[in-house]
Amino acid sequence: MNELLVSVSPHIRDGATTRGIMRDVIIALAPAAAASVIIFGARAALVVAFCAVACPLLEAAYEKALGRKATAGDLSACVTGVLLAFNLPVGIPLWKAFVGCAAAIILVKQLFGGLGKNFANPAITARIVMLLAFPAAMAAWACGGGLFGETYDAVTGATPLTMIAQGNTGALPPLSAMLLGVRGGCLGETSAVALALGGVYLLARRVITWHAPAAFILTVFVFSALLGRDPVYQVLSGGLLLGAIFMATDYVTTPQTAAGRLVFGLGAGLITVIIRAYGSYPEGVSFSILLMNILTPYIGRLTAKKAFGGADA
Amino acid sequence: MRKLGGVRAPHRKGTAASAPERIPIPPEVRLPMSMHIGAPAKPVVKAGDAVKVGQLIGEASGFVSSPVHASVSGKVKRVDEYDAVTGLGALSVVIESDGEQTPHDGLRAPEVNDMKSFLGAVRESGVVGLGGAGFPTAVKLTVKDISAVDYILINGAECEPYITSDTRTMLDETELLEEGALLLGKYLGVKNIVFGVESNKPEPISRLAEFTSRRDGMEVRTLPAMYPQGGEKVLIYQITGRRVPEGKLPLDVGVVVLNCTTLTAIVKYIKTGMPLVSKCVTVDGSAVVKPGNVVAPIGAPLSSLFEFCGGLKGDVKKVLMGGPMMGIAAPSLDMPVLKATNAALAFSEKDARLPEETPCIRCGRCVSHCPMGLMPLEFERAYRLKKPELLERYKVNLCMECGCCAYSCPAKRMLVQYIKLSKIMLRERQAADKAAAERKEAAV
Ligand code: SF4
Ligand code: SF4
Repeated sequence: MNELLVSVSPHIRDGATTRGIMRDVIIALAPAAAASVIIFGARAALVVAFCAVACPLLEAAYEKALGRKATAGDLSACVTGVLLAFNLPVGIPLWKAFVGCAAAIILVKQLFGGLGKNFANPAITARIVMLLAFPAAMAAWACGGGLFGETYDAVTGATPLTMIAQGNTGALPPLSAMLLGVRGGCLGETSAVALALGGVYLLARRVITWHAPAAFILTVFVFSALLGRDPVYQVLSGGLLLGAIFMATDYVTTPQTAAGRLVFGLGAGLITVIIRAYGSYPEGVSFSILLMNILTPYIGRLTAKKAFGGADA
Repeated sequence: MRKLGGVRAPHRKGTAASAPERIPIPPEVRLPMSMHIGAPAKPVVKAGDAVKVGQLIGEASGFVSSPVHASVSGKVKRVDEYDAVTGLGALSVVIESDGEQTPHDGLRAPEVNDMKSFLGAVRESGVVGLGGAGFPTAVKLTVKDISAVDYILINGAECEPYITSDTRTMLDETELLEEGALLLGKYLGVKNIVFGVESNKPEPISRLAEFTSRRDGMEVRTLPAMYPQGGEKVLIYQITGRRVPEGKLPLDVGVVVLNCTTLTAIVKYIKTGMPLVSKCVTVDGSAVVKPGNVVAPIGAPLSSLFEFCGGLKGDVKKVLMGGPMMGIAAPSLDMPVLKATNAALAFSEKDARLPEETPCIRCGRCVSHCPMGLMPLEFERAYRLKKPELLERYKVNLCMECGCCAYSCPAKRMLVQYIKLSKIMLRERQAADKAAAERKEAAV
């Protein structure tokens, strides 16, 4: 008989794996990806595919160069790529997208030690880097180009948020267009319906919990209304749904407890509304999530779960 | 009410319908003097002595200890130090069996007529927590103020996958459980005696209900089939709504918990004078040819159990004493059945393979599944950072090592292993702190 294996309990594990979770996230992103192609045309597919491939390749190359274990198989880099693409305008030159991918994977993720060690969301941070590096290209909103043709104000290509910021509310797309996503914006952020579909899938698969997205969206809704802005448009505009459903639920850079996640959503919501209302950028979701990422360790400490029967420490 | 974590582990109770069969007496048994928590028993026999079934071979050495009795008749071959791989350490008595199973002449049903004599009988029976913990039952029942205890919970949750030995106790020894419950009520004067059984065992539940419905203060409570309902603090909370505070015992909230097989072992001793010398064990796992329940003398090698169940097939890679969530991996098939052994499981290579550990993605699953409301990922982090003070802050001491965290971790982190190591690290730090404080005091 061969040697018996001695290991510490438990001796059985459930079927969840990191790769399986990432696969679920990619599936959940698919409706929004499809919507982006319908709304913005085939180039959207090109940008998404480019980033989805570039990120894992960059990760593999970096790990190879440093002689580290290859981890691209866990699909997390692929998720980062898709999320980054979703945060770019459809016309972004591919080399600029590549710079963004490199920022996400090398700068934010690998330099901090790889998956699980980065404190900031790679896709969000890369987007902010690109906003600073390529301000013009990042604001070149195309609108239409897909099945719906050049429906809304393709010339200026303003997003609803810029219109609101400019006081040009008369030009806002109708609510139905906002829900479907036929409006100016980053390529993956516009279709509320598609994003919500992905969110429901993630909830059903228990990949995410409702806490952070619900707190985030609700805070923006209520706080916008208090400031006298149309709360529905505020929720449907910009990258709010994309950020709330897919970025404020990123495991690594958000708290682990229900209470922590509520605080995270609340904080991100408040910062978003403040930037939108008073900041020089019309959009605040990326900054708010990044700021909350930075605060996450502190939130984690303040909202640490109370042990069952535990005495106060 | 707080919703405690836990996991929906697979049940795999395929042996539930298998009535236990006695295995043939093995040629040799090994009885460790330390089959319980507390001080090891002291051997009172030496090589060459003839012994009979039920004869005392190791006496309790101290309050938290338990006596050990011969499980076969025959001759003491040797008293030796046992290989301490599994932490059994201490001495053990090896008996060569004569195959006769002659009972010891001195066995007599003890006279039990009040609390004191009842507790004395429990002590002499050699019974320890048979659910797996192995804590001496007499110690558990010896309470300064019994009137403060208003609940005795009989644990029939049997939440570990595979194991059905408690199920068999509830089905095959229902009368003994009724008698036991009456004894507890009579001698300890405890008002409420509640059986807790998981909902996946409808037959035992209805069997128990037959008598509890007739008796005042007795009740069967159906628990959700979610691991670990049988964990002491979980069971207490589910049935009484009481929380055992940190550093306190169930007694402090007026509750005593006994495993159901523990109770029948006590009753058997009180009725016949035969102490705990054999045990119903579930033999199962992918490498077992004919899984089933067996009754084995304590000290029988695991190999004799598997042999009785048709032998082992294929590439056996892992053998467990106990269930897959909390059981101990046996280093060899010579390991003896202990008092608290309720299962012997054998797995083939495929099921034994350890999943590859990948980096923690901070998903929080370990947190949401922990029944004790702990943050297991922080234990691993604190351990790696070598920060015992963080371990203390996150209360690693409250962890019952149920394994829910590691079970549900998608990154397959070996969290329970890190927790065990963490506890050692914290203890060492506390000991060092204490020593330093004493040195300082001495210097002053
Ligand atoms: S379940 Fe595993 S991966 Fe998730 S937070 Fe806990 S240790 Fe990390
Ligand atoms: S092993 Fe400890 S930390 Fe892990 S789930 Fe069980 S009680 Fe919680």
